[in-house]
Amino acid sequence: MDDTINPPDPSRRRWLAATGVAGAAGAGFVAVPFVSSFQPSERAKAAGAPVEVDIGGMAPGELKRIEWRGKPVWVLRRTPEMLATVQSVDAQVADPTSERTAYPTPDYAKNPHRSIKPEFLVVVGICSHLGCSPSEKFQPGPQPSLPDDWQGGFLCPCHGSTFDLAGRVFKNKPAPDNLEVPPHMYLTDTRILIGEDKTA
Amino acid sequence: MIRKILTKLALGLAVAAGAVGGAAAAEGGYPLDFFPQNKLTEMPSLQNGARIFVNQCLNCHSAALMRYNRLTDIGLTEEQIRKNLLFTADKVGEPMKTSMSPRDAKEWFGAMPPDLSVIARARNSQHGSGADWLYTYLRAYYRDATRSTGWNNAVFANVGMPHVFWEQQGPRRGAMIEEIKEVKDEKSGKVTGMVRHVVTFSETGVRSEKTEPLSDDAHAHTGSTIKLGRAEGGTMNAQQFDDMVGDLVAYISFMSDPTAQVRKRMGVGVLLFLAVMFVFVWRLNASYWKHVK
Amino acid sequence: MAAEKQVTTTGLLGWVDQRFPLTSLWKGHMAEYYAPKNFNFWYYFGSLALLVLVIQILTGIFLVMHYKPDAAMAFASVEYIMRDVPYGWLIRYMHSTGASAFFVVVYLHMFRGLIYGSYRKPRELIWIFGCLIFLCLMAEAFFGYLLPWGQMSYWGAQVIVNLFAAIPFIGPDLSVWIRGDFVVGDATLNRFFAFHVIAIPLVLIGLIAAHIVALHEVGSNNPDGIEIKAKKDEQGRPLDGIPFHPYYSVHDLIGVTGFLIVFSYVIFFAPEFGGYFLEYNNFIPADPLKTPAHIAPVWYFTPFYTVLRAITEDFLFWWLVPAIALYVILVWLTARTFMAKLVATGVGLALVAGFFLIDAKFWGVVAMGAAVVILFGLPWLDRSPVRSIRYRPDWHKYVYTVFVVAFVVLGYYGTQPPSPAGNLISQIGTLIYFGFFALMPWWSGLGKFKAPPERVTYSPH
Repeated sequence: MDDTINPPDPSRRRWLAATGVAGAAGAGFVAVPFVSSFQPSERAKAAGAPVEVDIGGMAPGELKRIEWRGKPVWVLRRTPEMLATVQSVDAQVADPTSERTAYPTPDYAKNPHRSIKPEFLVVVGICSHLGCSPSEKFQPGPQPSLPDDWQGGFLCPCHGSTFDLAGRVFKNKPAPDNLEVPPHMYLTDTRILIGEDKTA
Repeated sequence: MIRKILTKLALGLAVAAGAVGGAAAAEGGYPLDFFPQNKLTEMPSLQNGARIFVNQCLNCHSAALMRYNRLTDIGLTEEQIRKNLLFTADKVGEPMKTSMSPRDAKEWFGAMPPDLSVIARARNSQHGSGADWLYTYLRAYYRDATRSTGWNNAVFANVGMPHVFWEQQGPRRGAMIEEIKEVKDEKSGKVTGMVRHVVTFSETGVRSEKTEPLSDDAHAHTGSTIKLGRAEGGTMNAQQFDDMVGDLVAYISFMSDPTAQVRKRMGVGVLLFLAVMFVFVWRLNASYWKHVK
Repeated sequence: MAAEKQVTTTGLLGWVDQRFPLTSLWKGHMAEYYAPKNFNFWYYFGSLALLVLVIQILTGIFLVMHYKPDAAMAFASVEYIMRDVPYGWLIRYMHSTGASAFFVVVYLHMFRGLIYGSYRKPRELIWIFGCLIFLCLMAEAFFGYLLPWGQMSYWGAQVIVNLFAAIPFIGPDLSVWIRGDFVVGDATLNRFFAFHVIAIPLVLIGLIAAHIVALHEVGSNNPDGIEIKAKKDEQGRPLDGIPFHPYYSVHDLIGVTGFLIVFSYVIFFAPEFGGYFLEYNNFIPADPLKTPAHIAPVWYFTPFYTVLRAITEDFLFWWLVPAIALYVILVWLTARTFMAKLVATGVGLALVAGFFLIDAKFWGVVAMGAAVVILFGLPWLDRSPVRSIRYRPDWHKYVYTVFVVAFVVLGYYGTQPPSPAGNLISQIGTLIYFGFFALMPWWSGLGKFKAPPERVTYSPH
């Protein structure tokens, strides 16, 4: 800068500082709309909205499939025998008390039956290995790809991971985690809202 | 110097504008009433309008670009929307589609009723705002027994839409359409005189016509005007009806531009900030240039 | 080790300077680029044009994230941006207002060039780049306007593409080729999207860079129209020059802030601007089966559209033929070379013959194009001994005023439906517009000129 026509000037420095600060603040304000526009739009939020399920007409042992956020969610009405098997396989599953945090289990599902009501299991039907959807294998006894003492549960056809009737993965299987429990809550005794829970 | 040029510019423009001014007025149409603008910021009006819209309009019209949960902007909760207004969808996040199929629409009305999502913006014109147009249109129906719906409209001639609010406004309303035309001699094409052609609709829609010649010293101008009679026999009086239609149009205006109020509030803040910024930048510039000789 | 490039800077900057002319670019274009110190209000518009370009590109990028270039989805996707995308409405209004702002700024920028003679030697190339930028800008706006797929978008595009059908022999096939279909449709939308989003912006950026490089090579003109490089000090710096940075970088901030105030007022309080910035008809989805009552182009195209409409058969035969004849006679009486007389006669005869052989619709298109292209010729049409309007005879200022009024009037009539009075005024306006340029070689040298000063007119403040 040429000092002959521009000697050092404290007022200039003050105005530079004021303009600089105001300008930076302004730039910040301008950035807000652009950055916000990246957030999910109303359409995306509507598509990902919670889904209501009516469980009133479900028979014991029936599995209902619902879509939520593009994923299959299973609601399984467990019979007393199915619930009993859950307790008996505690030693065979990799994460019996659902402590692992890759797919955190909500507090209301950190119990032996992994659900709010013991009778109804609510889990996302996607294998925690590589994303295939496991098949129902509720019949106990020896079957292809299943151990001889099979008590009932789910078998993933892609790489052979197995899950019990509480969605917990068995030891030494490719899948590292239990089936995810989605946020959900009971609106009434016969209606479940999947996608939203009371802690939200 | 610049001032001189600018004055000449302004004069030149004024002359040009004057030459054209006449043309616009003659084109006209039914003069539009002023929509009561204050309703746009009154929640009770907007909510009432939403209720009327969902109950009376969504049967035939869609508003497919408007989501139900947008109604939270006018003070309703999602629960209220779900309980009272969710007619054509399952979830509040869904848009306001109509229940009528396009094929049925073509059969019953000749055309699909237009989507109303942005209708208040589309109907803006130099004669008045879209809200003015809608407000006048909805109150300008008159009986016309020659139409299949039994009604015609002074703002939108021969409209296919029936008079949805006939019970509230009243089943009886007459009109008089006066047209002043030139009479031309068929062979020579010269204008030989003026006539006044009047079509009258009685309160029950019975049509009658009358043509009478006008004398030269009447100094009449060609054109057409419609005078509407008073609506009789409705469940609401004129003021109540205007109020109801006002609420509906307020809602439709909101629907056409939901962010209008947010935008204006934000604008005040932005302009205040820029005003301060202008002072800083002006003094900053002066602090540099005061040293330049 | 080979001899390293010597630079005066050290550290990281020195490392970069040995490999990239960063400091020398900064010096050459900012800190040691000497601009005349007497810039006035008219000199804000160049930097403002650059600002609006940045605004349009930035908002354009964010719009493209959500817009769907498909005839079935385009209209709804724009409303999706307005309603469902967080702050989408703000980004959209910035872009629509920015488009009109671009033309306001560019027209005022060109007007500055006109009154101060910024296009004259040695700055002809800057002006030519500028005219090319103007052409690209019009194309960019035209292609962009189809994208919302409203009634005005659709029918405006339909009308303008049909203009090309007026070209003899190849016209109709050319129109089909441009559209990619027999009427404006999805194919047209997709290609216009490609032009608007990437093709023309790339060309625009290249032309703007060339425009600025050409400017910096010669140095800026100024309101007095004198060359500041004629008087330099011992170090070779122009006596009437000051470094662009910090003096004009700071000065231009005032222009930017003032512009943003007006820009923000429109965006937040009047984004439709009476139907001129966002046309009312465009809130109705495009309907190929229903033509709107009035189709008018967006305001910034209206002067040229009026010229197009003014060219009727009567205008060609009763006004233009005599005008061309008189012009050719004028050339014969005053031209210095036989070549000029020959060319004028040849072109004149060809035009008159053409008026009889090809119909007026084609000549309307030609006239509209000529109205833009004639700007390129300004450096060679202007024969005034002084550059700036300040030192020209007073009556020249009235000539410029009449030209501006004619341009604005032409613009106004472009927004109106045709009418007998309107057509007449449009034709007079067209003659004034072309007369201003075509007769400039004669009138620009007439009158009593004042002597421009030796040093710029500047008072310290």
